[in-house]
Amino acid sequence: MIGQLTIGERQFALVMLLALAVIGFAIAVAGRDDLLGGHGALVILVALAGIFAVIHGYYLPAPSEQRFERYYDDPTKVGIIVAMGWAVFGLFVGDWVAWLLVYPELTFDAGWSSFGRIRPVHTTSVIFGFGGNALIATSLYVLQRTSRARLPDQLSPWFVLFGYNLFCLLAVTGYMMGITQSKEYAEPEWYADIWLVIVWVVYFSIYLRTLARRKEPHIYVANWYYMAFILVVAILHIVNNLAVPVSLGHAKSYSSFSGVQDAMTQWWYGHNAVAFFLTAGFLGMMYYYLPKRANRPIFSYRLSIISFWGITFFYMWAGSHHLHYTALPHWVQTLGMTFSVMLLVPSWASAANALLTLNGAWDKVREDATLRFMMVAAVFYGLSTFEGSFMAIRSVNSLSHYTDWTVGHVHAGTLGWVAMITFGAIYASVPWLWKRESMYSARLVEVHFWLAVAGTIVYVFAMWNSGIIQGLMWRTYSESGTLAYSFVDSLVAMRPYYIARAVGGLLFLIGAVVGCYNIWMTIRTAPRTAGEAVSAKPDSVLVGTPALQPGE
Amino acid sequence: MFGFHYRLERKAIGLVLAIIGVASIGGIVEIAPLFTIHQTVEQAPDMRVYTPLELAGRNIYIREGCYSCHSQMIRTLRDEVERYGPYSLAVESKYDHPMLWGSKRTGPDLARVGGKYSDEWHVAHLNNPRAVMPESIMPAYAWLSRTALRTDDLGAQLKAIRAVGVPYTDDMIANAPADAYGQAAPDSPDAEGVTKHYGAATNVRAFDGVPGSLTEMDALVAYLQILGRLTDAAHKPVAAVGR
Ligand code: HEC
Ligand code: HEM
Ligand code: HEM
Repeated sequence: MIGQLTIGERQFALVMLLALAVIGFAIAVAGRDDLLGGHGALVILVALAGIFAVIHGYYLPAPSEQRFERYYDDPTKVGIIVAMGWAVFGLFVGDWVAWLLVYPELTFDAGWSSFGRIRPVHTTSVIFGFGGNALIATSLYVLQRTSRARLPDQLSPWFVLFGYNLFCLLAVTGYMMGITQSKEYAEPEWYADIWLVIVWVVYFSIYLRTLARRKEPHIYVANWYYMAFILVVAILHIVNNLAVPVSLGHAKSYSSFSGVQDAMTQWWYGHNAVAFFLTAGFLGMMYYYLPKRANRPIFSYRLSIISFWGITFFYMWAGSHHLHYTALPHWVQTLGMTFSVMLLVPSWASAANALLTLNGAWDKVREDATLRFMMVAAVFYGLSTFEGSFMAIRSVNSLSHYTDWTVGHVHAGTLGWVAMITFGAIYASVPWLWKRESMYSARLVEVHFWLAVAGTIVYVFAMWNSGIIQGLMWRTYSESGTLAYSFVDSLVAMRPYYIARAVGGLLFLIGAVVGCYNIWMTIRTAPRTAGEAVSAKPDSVLVGTPALQPGE
Repeated sequence: MFGFHYRLERKAIGLVLAIIGVASIGGIVEIAPLFTIHQTVEQAPDMRVYTPLELAGRNIYIREGCYSCHSQMIRTLRDEVERYGPYSLAVESKYDHPMLWGSKRTGPDLARVGGKYSDEWHVAHLNNPRAVMPESIMPAYAWLSRTALRTDDLGAQLKAIRAVGVPYTDDMIANAPADAYGQAAPDSPDAEGVTKHYGAATNVRAFDGVPGSLTEMDALVAYLQILGRLTDAAHKPVAAVGR
């Protein structure tokens, strides 16, 4: 890894890592009476490990100028491995969280392991650890192929990858120590948030600099989505995290917003974290890997334009559907509901575009579990967006809000769509990246596929049942006109479903472990070869769509 | 339209600006007016701020992630009002930085739990929920009673939250640690400062049952007992609060 950096980059990396160590030291000193001190120490450790690695490789021969003739894929390779690591960790914690709702004693009388602290560990590990690393890794891969240009330098992708994982590490360790802002999906505190902004700016600069070097005149659809993901997440992150720290020696900060304004800002963020992190980014993934794996151009270029701008515009209005019947003014709720329903059109346009691309390649879908992962992902994408638009209707939301129905919807989206498309993309790219004919074992991909599908179905059905029962029990009246059930009655009714969900989650987790083994065996047996040459001619699958003609 | 797009997608910067422009509209239209339209938040002249002890308790509530199982937002639905009390008003969380409305009710809503149970009940329940409610799946928080509350930085905490708009006075900030101690030690000289700064109706009690020591349990129970009671606005007829 260090051997691929130019001498100048090695020096710059050392300077940066030293600066990071100094910052870590300053944090550790300023925060010595606070939880912040622990994070200062963590930053120092990470910086020292980096310094050690760079010094260790410092005298390796410098890379030749010919490096620009080959795509730079090592950050993608590492990113994929790291993503799988986070997946196993995050799914394991998710299943632990699920069992906590069956056996609340599984906390071992400690603070760090109680439900409220490890639930965000689960959400952050899977969304940002697994999802985020997969997005960074695949976006760098896709960006180079679709632009027919190599990344502009060697250092910045590593900075983004490691910097981003430092953010995830600060987040996850923070929750267990008791550092959190409490804003869902934006729990990390101010210093981690600032760090993420720096990482994100570098990430986007890689995008722009690579695009500037592109040999393909058109920017391919997948990149529109990846760019929307990076840009909009930056806007959301900065606005929602505006806060005043107690002092530079405190981890704690107070949000600039309060009450109803905070609620709206938070769910404008929260819903669009779903939209631009869990949807746009992964649509970018889908628009590259699905056509490539099926070896068919995307069904309709025009449909992808309509759905892209529809998603970018409509989603940003929909956040207020998280606040129906609350103290949020009625007009905002109505706007949120209206746009959420309209959102179904571009969402289904994307799902249809994916499935129609497969039309004519169904024999491949039947044989190839990798492609089947992507197909099922598109189906679940269609399903969960339909469900979402339905739940956004005020009267439906009066039942579903606060219940497990939301959790069911979430996991139809995240297990069925996000995780499936990612596994599909990873199984497609691992042989491409490590120069293998195929994965180590096609059988094991098949096993993973069925475990994932079974786990998802068990999970989602359990939560639909429990959510609807819960919602109905809370609002049922007895004949004498009083509420028929106490809260605890509903709690007792949930228990079988919570067990079922935890079992479903376990299946899903085992599938991911099987996947890790398969990927590891593929890599282990891979020959050492030079990277893939920058393509001299356009990729027929990507630009070969008949629709890609100048418009009228 | 497609011809225009065909040209747009050849320009990276054009695409970037278009994405930012298109994505910004929704948020601006929905969020900005909430700060400018006065009817958004009702008037409640009797609304008081959290005492330092209650604020510390609120921070523990955040730290432990109680919000991931408990909402603090009673919706305008009949069954919710009957189960939990008058529906929540925007003004009731106007000093909440951030708000803790929540999105999941694994446990019941807590917006109006203040005064519903005795302090002893809360302490017993937090120590072991299943001792009080055998079917409960809430985690036990027994270590809160064993952990001393950090008070030395409460002045800095109040200062920071004043910086984002909560009206704490210099006097309150200067006396924050003493007020925190006094609120859980009714017989100590510090107790007087609490009612002086925060009003005669403030709860001044040994919340965890042990007057001498100030623990995280004191703070959390003090916070739970004030939930829904910072103002009476929600109990008044709707017209009176200026909806
Ligand atoms: C795993 C989810 C979960 C977490 C986390 C949780 N609770 Fe609970 N809580 C429950 C459940 C379920 C009940 C209902 C059964 C009972 O009374 O124990 C409950 C009940 C309560 C009640 C009684 C409410 C009433 O009106 O009867 C209070 C007060 C309470 N919790 C406070 C807290 C506090 C404070 C925290 C954080 C330190 C917390 N809870 C964390 C699940 C949770
Ligand atoms: C092994 C599989 C999984 C299991 C067992 C699992 C379990 C859980 C549990 C128990 C909760 C808490 C629900 C509650 O509060 O009642 C939860 C929440 C959540 N999980 Fe998972 N999860 C899994 C996989 C995933 C994946 C892959 C993702 C994302 C990519 C994900 C994203 C989320 C999110 C966003 C929430 C918060 C939902 C909300 O606030 O409504 N989960 N999960
Ligand atoms: C058309 C698209 C969609 C719409 C209109 C939509 C709508 C909704 C609605 C109405 C809720 C419930 C809010 C509440 O009552 O609290 C919700 C929750 C959620 N949805 Fe969706 N959804 C869509 C797609 C998706 C997808 C594809 C995913 C995942 C990949 C997803 C992830 C989530 C998450 C994580 C939550 C839980 C938020 C929380 O309470 O913590 N949604 N969505």
